[in-house]
Amino acid sequence: MSITTEVRPEPSVPPRSARGRVPGLSADRSVRSLLLVAALLPTAALVFLTYQMVKTAWPAVIFNGVSFFTTKTFTIGNLYATGTEVHHGYTAAKGASYGILPLVFGTLVSSFIAVTLAVPVSVGGAILLAERIPVRLQGVLGTFLELLAGIPSVVFGLWGVYTFGPVLSRTVFKWIAALHIPWFGGPAGAGQGLLTASLVLAVMIVPIIAATTRELVRSVPSISKEGAVALGLTSSETVRIVTIPFIRTGVVAASILGLARALGETIAVLIISGNFLNAFPHSIFDPFSTMASTIAAFLDSALTDSTGMAVHSLAEVGLVLLVITLVANLAGRMLTRRFSGAGLPVGRGV
Amino acid sequence: MTARRIRNAAFWSACTLAFLCVAAPALSVLISVFHQALPALGWSLLLKRTNGIGIQNAILGTLVMLLGVLILAGGVGVAAGIYLAEFATGRHERLLRFFSEILAGMPAIVIGYIGYITMVVQFHWGFSLAAAVISLSILVLPYVVKTTEVALRQVPTFLREASAGLGLDSTTTVWRILIPPALPGIVSGLIVALAISTGELAPLLFTAGFSDQNPSLALVHHQVPYLTGVIFTDLALPGARAHATSAAAGAVTLILLIILIAVGRLVSRGARRATARMTI
Repeated sequence: MSITTEVRPEPSVPPRSARGRVPGLSADRSVRSLLLVAALLPTAALVFLTYQMVKTAWPAVIFNGVSFFTTKTFTIGNLYATGTEVHHGYTAAKGASYGILPLVFGTLVSSFIAVTLAVPVSVGGAILLAERIPVRLQGVLGTFLELLAGIPSVVFGLWGVYTFGPVLSRTVFKWIAALHIPWFGGPAGAGQGLLTASLVLAVMIVPIIAATTRELVRSVPSISKEGAVALGLTSSETVRIVTIPFIRTGVVAASILGLARALGETIAVLIISGNFLNAFPHSIFDPFSTMASTIAAFLDSALTDSTGMAVHSLAEVGLVLLVITLVANLAGRMLTRRFSGAGLPVGRGV
Repeated sequence: MTARRIRNAAFWSACTLAFLCVAAPALSVLISVFHQALPALGWSLLLKRTNGIGIQNAILGTLVMLLGVLILAGGVGVAAGIYLAEFATGRHERLLRFFSEILAGMPAIVIGYIGYITMVVQFHWGFSLAAAVISLSILVLPYVVKTTEVALRQVPTFLREASAGLGLDSTTTVWRILIPPALPGIVSGLIVALAISTGELAPLLFTAGFSDQNPSLALVHHQVPYLTGVIFTDLALPGARAHATSAAAGAVTLILLIILIAVGRLVSRGARRATARMTI
């Protein structure tokens, strides 16, 4: 006796039409799978990049151990010396030491200074642009934001090293140094250093924060503003009581994305920072280095290290940078998702 | 009452000052770069190569790279955006979008470094057009995906319903019904991607190399000159001429970017009009 089990095919349910998507009658499968392959490529690229990064960095992770984060000296060692350094079964050139503490310091401090300066400026400017400037002029003045967002980082470097830095060091830096505040004193230098780089980074992330704030301010319901006016509030009180609470989360999210961009910025910092290694800057005017700029500055010489440990260690620097920027980006994007999708942050994250 | 009025005036003055702090650097960069470029500006810039006193090869190299990015990142990104907007569902969709957003947060120098280690060294491509274009494309891909998706989302649902009601399959619906109104949005996303590619240096530093010759279309084993490379290298060279060449390359890059921004504005104005027309 045979038991026949009837396998009923699943009734072909149309795809959930959450956004009102309507299933086609004879969906062209080959086109669809081609599109799927394309949609998988960003994910594939991400996985590949992360895998390669970890794979390249792994020997350095073993070789450097914890001292990677606790020592101050970053040198690929004496490539012409006899003998090698061996740690945990991995070799590096004699005298090689990979410590990124000053680089982490430089990256974090420059980015935080940049964000601290950029947020009030961009929010104030964006509120003025969206609330006070006549609509006809808004387009013209908004061009400054687009222009600022479009200027390449190497051009910012060119500007920072020949125009902005020298002008600052001759004027503002001297005034600040004359006040003799600890960490804000000492010789102002030629304008290549922590403060100049932070200011240029601030200018670079202003468009990200300002453009988002502008969109958010525009999306504030006018009924709330009208209510505030009807209660007799002045325009600045309206901004404080109605607009700011409405846009707060979005501004924080955009600031975090701006922070992520500043953390990963390479070329402008490489040109303006003065590339100072192996010690902490003594004052805010001193030269310094960041993780990203060190990768760019060191790769050429790292290639001459026959043990390969220099290349591996730079990859480890990249890995740490990657983790820091990803955490910042994720935090920013999660916040963006929480508030309504009105103001998509504009400009590349990093 | 007066205290409030004073506070009001103070607030708006502070905002005006803030806006000036935004506008002044933009103007200052423009003036500074063109001023520094003045000694080098002239037709020889376009007619001579970097072994002479021009940057013809770098301009051509940048344009060739932009073409490559348009084909690679444009093709893949638009296709991925269409898939995410029209075909993907549920967790699958959220996951793909999430990873694309994470990719957008990848520092440019990391992309360049991996590009160097894998394509230039492991694959034996050398500094080459392929390595440069792929690195740039990975950088801008999330943008193209996002803008394509957003543009398609803004096409009203009733067009999809009407198309299904007429018996069109989903592929035809996408190509014939949904893409045309979304096109301005997609194109302005592509233009942003091109603008980013024009100005980026970090992913190219270790993948494109440099050459005094005009670029060929060979994908591998031929180094490609490009504008941001000229700005960066000549900036560090001694001498007034190198300095002026660096600034001139910067000026040409800015002009290219201003053209792209202007075209992008025109297109996105078209996009807004198209959306306004659709929402009855």
